[in-house]
Amino acid sequence: MPALCLCFSIHEPYQLRRYTVFDMGQSSVYEDDDQNCDALLRAARLCYLPACDLLLKLVRRYAGAFAVSLSISGTALDLFEQYTPEVTESLCALAETGCVEFVAETSAHSLAFLYSREEFDRQVKAQCARLKGLFGKKPTAFMHTECVYNNDLAAALQQLGFKTVLAEGADHVLGWRSPNWVYRPVSGPKMNLLLRNAGLSDDLGQRFGDRSWSGWPLTADKFAAWVHSLADKSDVINIFTDFHMFGLRHAHETGIFDFMEALPEALLADNRFRFATPCSIAGKCAPAGDVDVPQFMSWEDHGHDLTSWLGNDMQKDAIHALYGLAARVRASGDKMLLHDYERLQTADHFRHMSTKWFSGPRADRPNPFDSPYDAYITYMNVLADFELRLDAAELSSKTSKSRRASRSHVSSGTGASA
Amino acid sequence: MRVLMFGWEFPPHISGGLGTACFGMTQALARKGAEIIFVLPHVERGSGQNGFLRMRGASGTPVSPQVAQSMAQAGHELWTRSIRCLQVESPLVPYLTPQGYAQALECLRQGTAGGSPVGPVYPQQGEPHGRDVTYALHGGYGPDLMTEVRRYSQLAAAIAVQERFDVIHVHDWMTYPAGMLARELTGKPLVAHIHATEYDRSGLNINEQVAGIERAGLNAADVVVAVSRLTRKTVIDRYGVPPEKVVVVHNAVARHEAQRHYLVPQRIRHEKRVLFLGRVTFQKGPEYFMEAARLVLQKIPNARFFMAGSGDMLPELIRRAGQLRIGNRFHFAGFLRGEDVDRMFALSDLYVMPSVSEPFGITPLEAMLYDVPVLLSRQSGVSEVLEHALKADFWDTRDMADKICAVLRYPCLAAELVKNCREEMKSIRWENAADQLLTIYRDVLGGR
Repeated sequence: MPALCLCFSIHEPYQLRRYTVFDMGQSSVYEDDDQNCDALLRAARLCYLPACDLLLKLVRRYAGAFAVSLSISGTALDLFEQYTPEVTESLCALAETGCVEFVAETSAHSLAFLYSREEFDRQVKAQCARLKGLFGKKPTAFMHTECVYNNDLAAALQQLGFKTVLAEGADHVLGWRSPNWVYRPVSGPKMNLLLRNAGLSDDLGQRFGDRSWSGWPLTADKFAAWVHSLADKSDVINIFTDFHMFGLRHAHETGIFDFMEALPEALLADNRFRFATPCSIAGKCAPAGDVDVPQFMSWEDHGHDLTSWLGNDMQKDAIHALYGLAARVRASGDKMLLHDYERLQTADHFRHMSTKWFSGPRADRPNPFDSPYDAYITYMNVLADFELRLDAAELSSKTSKSRRASRSHVSSGTGASA
Repeated sequence: MRVLMFGWEFPPHISGGLGTACFGMTQALARKGAEIIFVLPHVERGSGQNGFLRMRGASGTPVSPQVAQSMAQAGHELWTRSIRCLQVESPLVPYLTPQGYAQALECLRQGTAGGSPVGPVYPQQGEPHGRDVTYALHGGYGPDLMTEVRRYSQLAAAIAVQERFDVIHVHDWMTYPAGMLARELTGKPLVAHIHATEYDRSGLNINEQVAGIERAGLNAADVVVAVSRLTRKTVIDRYGVPPEKVVVVHNAVARHEAQRHYLVPQRIRHEKRVLFLGRVTFQKGPEYFMEAARLVLQKIPNARFFMAGSGDMLPELIRRAGQLRIGNRFHFAGFLRGEDVDRMFALSDLYVMPSVSEPFGITPLEAMLYDVPVLLSRQSGVSEVLEHALKADFWDTRDMADKICAVLRYPCLAAELVKNCREEMKSIRWENAADQLLTIYRDVLGGR
């Protein structure tokens, strides 16, 4: 009985303000609060609130037959709490229905896994705890930032106790195999691997509103027919995409909300099909085979690789500089530093430095800077200030330690004389 | 296609980007099969021998009485119709008769003693009213530019009557009167190329005479070619030229045949050098460069700044450098020519063009030929074609300084800029500009 597994990634970043070399050492306010607030209010109005309402309506209407999963970044949760608590409430309401599964990711929507296992583990654990606190259930499935995946990630997640991992189903890895089955990672034999159906996911996530696309206009019936045609050749059809597709990437006028509202009926018209979430699939379908992914892959661009974040030397320089500080930041134990350090890891910062698609960043995730060069300059200035603060914190802890040591030395001396 | 081009400067005798642009453009046009007669105010013997075009100096061209007569008629009509302010304000009106000219010349000699750009008259044989007339022109941009422009227009128009050609193509206001006269006399279509407007050069304190000539020339032309979208907008907004008549053809840069490699001397290798190269005038924003330099030196005390070029703001800026106590780090290189320019570029780690108003600006492209990253003012036409350059608003000196610091500090930023620029430069070629120009010529001829 084939299932449609819908998983939407919810992420909002804290964007940096234009932080110049003259702010360094003067001000440690890195983020553009006004801009972040405005962007979030707009996103809530156009996307999160109406889309959550719609999902809630669908869950109630189909009484258990409709289910979705959501992967929410920690920065998005922070932003919702800070500026639009009603979105958090909507998400809690969805959680209460029991038909919405929350999938784990790193709290900072970071690429920490590539550079610091410790940092990665810390962020994943923190995020799991937070999701459990908010929505009452510990997540058992994991989707990395931008669907990044390789063998090592599966091994790490198995250690962390996850049952399922969601990943990109890039053609260059799968070859002749179809993504529409459950697989087993070679490095994590106890795990289930769900691979994204890139074609159908991008039909929804990218092409839906594109009038030059041959599939336009995409109706729920048409989409359901495409899915139904896979009935004999699939266990699970994984549609993973950005939650921004509701109202931001595809404006309300494109009919995306109407599409979503009509989709369950169209899909369930064929009674072989059902909706499922990663956790419900894990028990039901046996893995069809092992998948070996030595290289990283992601859902980004045509290359399905990491070049959007690590494609040029500026990006590599910035991320190496960032993770070069990891051990020192943890050792310092300073709360503010740890907090800022996490925020600086958000993958968006590195994407803004990409020279790959210079002419067009996505309309719903705009680059706050005029050019990738400005993004790099700003980021490096911020990082330089952060390092100055780190230096200062280390120095003060060292002096206080030595002062304490000398004081204890003095007291022991007096004790001996007494 | 035979093109009669009127220009004011041409390498090696240049004082700005206009000559460089004319050189690259004509070379590419000639390669595409266009035959070009390039009329300059003054061509020195031995110089200006170019394989690809025929150069003519207007200076000393005899104007026969018949031509003078028809010119007087055409000219009179033109001046009274469109360039009224020139008529009123020029000290030398009218000077088609030798007597009038001699008087005016006398006035001028008294007015501008020593180094006067006005040359002697070459009196020809014959009656006072029946003989050929001519003037000597020196070119350049002397104190009596307006007189030169008027004389040039007479002589260049006389050349137009002698030559056979299809299109008249004129570069900037100095040659617009000549173009208009030639159009009246020969009936050939006029293409007016605008490299800079008076509003770019002088801000709002414009010279009314010059603006008047620009307005008249642009409106009289069959097609106006602007060097950037920015300039196109200026021309439409300020001079009321019908938008459908104004076409944008971006400038490009000619690759040097053999680039010499200059090594950075051992003793200054640990320092970073930032370059400003251009006229030291209001238009180029040199004072913003100095202010940015002051800010950068607070952060990177061993950076060096070079200001190459001359202009009316130079003395003031030298004083200012002293006042800011940055003279030991801020150097004035004067006006550079030829190999010195190449050397200067090659030694620089960053080229900054903080222009207040720059219709195009070819120098950043030249800097890029030497793999020097560039920081441009957003108020420049060249920033329309360069994606991979740093950009700042000219007035935002903090932003500018921030970006300078970043380039000096992070080698991978400079490397990334250079790498992407090199790719981008492949499409910025005079050949492309020449193709566009040839299409314009054909269209304007076809419209007749």
